[in-house]
Amino acid sequence: MEPPSEMVHWLFGMGVLFLGLLMLAEVLAGPAVWGRRPWRRYLWPGLAFALGVLMWPVMTFFTNSAIHMVAHGAWAQALMAMGGAELGLAKGKLHSRWWKLATPIGIAVSGAAFLVHEQNGWFFARSAFLHHLVGWTLVGASLFPLALVFRPRSAALQTAFALCVVALSVMLFSDRDLAPVFGHLSPLAGPPHR
Amino acid sequence: METQLLRELPGGRVLTGARARIISLLGPLTMAAGVVWAIAQPYRLTLLHPHRQGFWWLAVEPPLLVVAAGVVFAVFVARPLLEDLEEADGAA
Repeated sequence: MEPPSEMVHWLFGMGVLFLGLLMLAEVLAGPAVWGRRPWRRYLWPGLAFALGVLMWPVMTFFTNSAIHMVAHGAWAQALMAMGGAELGLAKGKLHSRWWKLATPIGIAVSGAAFLVHEQNGWFFARSAFLHHLVGWTLVGASLFPLALVFRPRSAALQTAFALCVVALSVMLFSDRDLAPVFGHLSPLAGPPHR
Repeated sequence: METQLLRELPGGRVLTGARARIISLLGPLTMAAGVVWAIAQPYRLTLLHPHRQGFWWLAVEPPLLVVAAGVVFAVFVARPLLEDLEEADGAA
């Protein structure tokens, strides 16, 4: 009764796409207008936290190997810590700007989790390619929230980070369990399907 | 060209207008992306050919997920945000 893993990627892709849209809207509206309705401040941190919570069932039901379990578990914790810290900052319970470091750390751990649990090469199959691409994209994208700790009002950095999140959703939606990538598909991967 | 209008508006209001337009376009553009995907890969929409499809293939249809994200964003986020932008613009 478990969904194919590609569908899990698509469902997370929808969540990540919504996250990216929220981040873009926040940058465009500016912090003053975005904060006019209190619930809006909790939207993207809450969604990031929820994505972390939802990573636990992924860890539980998609335990293909020990490294999968460890990667998904670490990832769930990092996303929840990131969402939790941002929620605390939005609520005003946390004051130190260093809590903002939870976001680049959460994103970097997410990237590392993608990279370590993909044990095939880039051109083994499309899913392998996308795991490498998503992993490195996340590791690279973590530099934007890291820079935002020191330049929190930079619209350019915020926009770049939001666009990376939208790009990430496109990558997640492109995932297929068994499909070629640029004409490459390892014979070890099995026959491709839709 | 609405040069007369633009000349009368302070720079900040023009900028707010441009931002509001972009925000109002985010949802429809997302929905359009989902529709284009559905047209390009109709076999991803199993609702169009539901026979012999399992539960998950009927429940998770990626172009519809993209459209859903766009609809939810447009209705629940963009609309109140645009109202607030307009209000802030009026107060300024």
